[in-house]
Order: sequence, then C-alpha cells, then structure tokens
Amino acid sequence: MSEALRETSLTDEHRALGARLVPFAGWRMPVQYEGIKKEHEAVRTRAGLFDVSHMGEILVEGPQAVAAVDRLVTNDVSKLTTGKALYTACCNEQGHILDDLIVYRLEDEKVLVVCNASNRDKIVGHFAQNLSLGTPWNDVSDAWALLALQGPHALATMKDLGAPPSLLELPYFSVTRASLGGVDLWAARTGYTGEDGFEFFCASEDAVALWRALIEAGTCHGLQPVGLGARDTLRLEARLMLYGNDITEETHPLEAGLGWVVKLDAGDFIGRDALRAIKGAGLGRKLVGFEMTGRGIARHGYPIVANGEPVGEVTSGSPGPTVGRNIGLGYVPLALAKVGTTLGIEIRGKVVDAMVVRTPFYKR
Amino acid sequence: MATYPRDLQYTREHEWARIEDDVIRVGITAYAVEQLGDVTLVDMPAPGEDVQAHERFGDIESVKTVSELFAPVSGEVVDVNTDLESSPELVNEGPYEDGWLVTIRPSDQAELDGLMDAAKYEEYLGTLDG
Repeated sequence: MSEALRETSLTDEHRALGARLVPFAGWRMPVQYEGIKKEHEAVRTRAGLFDVSHMGEILVEGPQAVAAVDRLVTNDVSKLTTGKALYTACCNEQGHILDDLIVYRLEDEKVLVVCNASNRDKIVGHFAQNLSLGTPWNDVSDAWALLALQGPHALATMKDLGAPPSLLELPYFSVTRASLGGVDLWAARTGYTGEDGFEFFCASEDAVALWRALIEAGTCHGLQPVGLGARDTLRLEARLMLYGNDITEETHPLEAGLGWVVKLDAGDFIGRDALRAIKGAGLGRKLVGFEMTGRGIARHGYPIVANGEPVGEVTSGSPGPTVGRNIGLGYVPLALAKVGTTLGIEIRGKVVDAMVVRTPFYKR
Repeated sequence: MATYPRDLQYTREHEWARIEDDVIRVGITAYAVEQLGDVTLVDMPAPGEDVQAHERFGDIESVKTVSELFAPVSGEVVDVNTDLESSPELVNEGPYEDGWLVTIRPSDQAELDGLMDAAKYEEYLGTLDG
C-alpha cells in the first residue's frame, strides 16, 4: 500500500529540532517545529529557514537550452538574461496547467527549472518527451538540496555569515554563484512567502553544513526553522499559487490570474493555441480572494454558494495569521468576481458569509 | 511533554472529563492539542442542547485542520466556555484549565464507567504512534 517515504538530507536536523514530520508528496517533511503561528510570525517580522529539498530541479544545458525551455513554458524565457529568473506556468496542449515553475538562467547555456515535488515525475516526463532532441538535460533533484531563508532579517543573517556585497545586493528574481558558510551554492533572490529572502541550491551532502551555519548565524536575529504549515499560510496571504489546490490540470493560467506569465505573442510554446482560443472566447470564471465575514474558516474543497446555488469551490483557505482574518481563494463565475461581492461558503452544511477582496491579502 | 492529570477521565477520541458535583467538565487532552497545533476556532453547542456519548457535538479548528469533538457522556449542555470565541488559544495554553470546552449534566451516570483513567489513556496513546 504505502511506499516508503523519502527523506531529505536534513531530516535528522528536523528531528533534533523537535519538528513534527508528516508525509507530503511522498516525502517525510517537517510540518511545524514550534507552531505554525509562531513560525509564520518569525518569517514576517524576523527570519525563517525552510528545508524545501523535496522540490524538483531539472538542469537544461547547451546552446539550445534557452530556446528548448522556452517552448515548454508560457512565459518568455528567450528574454531571460543570464543571472535572472522568472515565474511561469507549464501547460499541456489544452492550455491546462501541468505545473508552475521558476526558471533560472544560471549561465548563458545553463538553465535551471524548479518544479513542485508532487509534479516531479510528471514534469521530468514532460521534459523528456518534449525537449528538442540533442538538448542535454538532467534531473538533479536527488543530488541537490534547496534551503529557503526568508524574512526581513535574512540579510543580517547572511551578513553575519560573511556574505559578499554581490550576494547581499543581488536583485529580486536574480541568481548568482556564491559561497556561504563555507558551502558553494547557487543563491537566488526568490521565495514563496511574500517576504524578502533567498533560496540556496547546494549539493545534498553540503545541506547540513549550510543549515547549521544559517541557524547559528540567524538565531541572534530571531531566525527560526519553519515548516510546511507556515509555508502554506505565508504563501496564501501573499496569494502565491499552490499546485494541486489553486491550479491543477483542470485549470488554465488565464482564469487563475496568471495571465501575466502567458506571453501569447512571444515564441511558440505548448498550449499557446489553446490559450489564445480561451482568451478569444472570454473567461467563464476567475480565481478570487475572499475573506470570511461570518464566523468560520474556509477549507480546500468547500462549496462556494450564491443565492442558495453552488457556484464554485474553495481552492485554499485558512486563518491568515498576519492579516488577522480567515481568508481563502476559489473559482467563481465572472459576475461574482468583483471586489465587495458577498459569497457564501458552505462549512459542514452551514452557509457562512464571505466577501471578495483585493489580493494579495498581505503585501510587505 | 504532554501530561495527563490523574483526576480526569479520558476517551479514545482524546477528550477529558472531570466530575464536578452533578456535572462533568469536558475538554481535549494535551495529546489532541499537540496533534492540532494552534487552535483558531471552536464550534460548540448552546447551553440546553442534548449531546450523545461518543457522537460529534462540535468542531475544533487549528490553522491547518478541522477535528470533530465527541461527547464523553450523554446529557444536557449546561455551560459553554464563551472565552474561546475571542481567545481560542486558551485551549493550547491550558487544555485542562482555561481551555475547557463545555460542562454536561450526564443523563446516565453508568456511562462514566466506560471512560479511561490516566494510566489507561497513556497506555492507549502508546498504541497509536508508530
């Protein structure tokens, strides 16, 4: 029945820190250490350290690397200069979302694609099938670890670790080769929390050294290890998509509010014709943010109702620890998507009022 | 470390019951609190409502999940901890004290015999993990 869970190179560190480990996408991952609310607050006000080594990483290389990846994603990778990163959707021929990715141009002829852990096999298969022949690529997910340092005190923590100015001044959505805490790595100014911060890609065997160095340097800045529980509330407040919830193979980027990563007039990509047709026909529904105005917490899968009729489903919902309200995302017909519209959320048979609000719920 | 006071009775659904004259006070155990994490909302019946032993009488929500609350005994709800409406975190801070949920006037005293004492409950917990 249940296959053995995979562990990252940091699982023993998590155990020693008292983490509660749970199965997630086939991995044994820390869901929380001290508590979701405290960890959430640490990232918003100080700094948080995440082990997200379960994420998938694909390296595409050679003179055709940029063009090859460009054909597989909706955003325009051909405009990506060396040292820059972009967020994108990866669609099938129907224009539906296979995954959301961050694409990093590490070198002129080296592109890193980061995908969700739950989609790794699917995306690796999709790349294997669709990357132009002769383009060297490699699934490096097992050889690489990924740590995320997020929050306003991320910089101070790195400074204490002796990070060079080039690293401290790295612009948003940029990536550079660096050494930190004695570990060689790729450092990117990206994240999934709505805060300033960095993500570090290093060799799996160096992960423990980097993790310990960051904890040691960060503790006096209020740094805490943060689990997947707070990662989810942080990303939801910032309206960052969670694959499997807010975007799936049943959704397309235009209705998800990801039109900004769909470049129909740039080069061809898989799903472009379908998305052009969808755009031409007009959207039927839209992913909106809402907050509960009645007493209740919306959760993934709860029906959204209007005038007693089901009109959609909650894709993500939870308390928003920083915004101080119970918030959520869900698809509703366009007529109900305007800010200020009252929606009903059916919570265990009872309809509780909610209101469409502007997103992100939280902006630093 | 989770603790289980000796003067309480326990259920397999991780509620505790304290006999106080003619009512029993009900809450959730330290184990349940650990599993839930930060409690954010507690949905409970109103005073005067009847509850059935081992049936759902409310819900408790944490940041991450929703869990059902089960009544340790049948009877009538006498009092509800209204402080939890504005301060659900009381359940985390003191599950056996300020974080109590309801008091119930039992309709069948014999049902109390079906509850576990602390030693039995700890033994039962030992069978759950791993």
